[in-house]
Amino acid sequence: MVGEAVILSAILFAIGTVGALVRRNVIVVLMSIELMLNAVNLALVAFSRQWADPAGQMLVLMVIVVAAAEVAVGLGIVIALFRNRESLNVEDASLLKW
Amino acid sequence: MSEWIFYAFAALAVAGALGMVLNVRNTVAGALSLVATMVSLGGIYVMLGAYLIGVLQILVYAGAIVVVFLFVVMLLNLREDGFASGRQWATKAVGATLGVAAAVGLIGLLPAHFPEAAALPEGFGGYRVVAALLFTDYVLAFEVSSLLLLSAMVGAVILARRSTD
Repeated sequence: MVGEAVILSAILFAIGTVGALVRRNVIVVLMSIELMLNAVNLALVAFSRQWADPAGQMLVLMVIVVAAAEVAVGLGIVIALFRNRESLNVEDASLLKW
Repeated sequence: MSEWIFYAFAALAVAGALGMVLNVRNTVAGALSLVATMVSLGGIYVMLGAYLIGVLQILVYAGAIVVVFLFVVMLLNLREDGFASGRQWATKAVGATLGVAAAVGLIGLLPAHFPEAAALPEGFGGYRVVAALLFTDYVLAFEVSSLLLLSAMVGAVILARRSTD
């Protein structure tokens, strides 16, 4: 079951990568990044099960904390962006593009 | 038996993730299919012996983080679909290629067969074991994470605040 769980984690990470690269809705990009964090969590739990080492689960707790902080700040940025641009399209936030 | 439950959870997780990424019409539906992914991942955590993490996954991700996403989607109330203009096949093709390459590369890194999983000690994955580790070996990370949450909270309030000048 550990090997299958790690393969599932790789698949979910790839789906999250595609979502973060392809989608242009800022909120969906943030959700894709959450999905990538979840894939890493699954790999950590699977390896924690493989070696019967609870340190991996402790790391998952830290990743959940970071994900919560990221969502709070990211959605604050999204709201500020929507106030200034009236849009959630990443193409409209291109002031720093070359 | 437990393999089939695992595969059911895994299929649900992949379906929810694909539904979130591929649903270009409705962001709320995308967030709800992300909930399906989170809940099935929580089930897989429980099956892997991480009981505390499984419960926290459902509480924090499905219960809090996705709700914040839904809250922002409904707050901004995007009626018209402003993302349809320009098909951008090149970007999509490059993104999909990179995604498939990431999946193949990551799976290629894995060994063909994992060795037999170690026997679990008593109470593995419960709150006692994880908390004992959290408050002894990793207490610095624990304290720093509390600082991170505090600064993220203040930062989110300041970012989302309506400017008063």
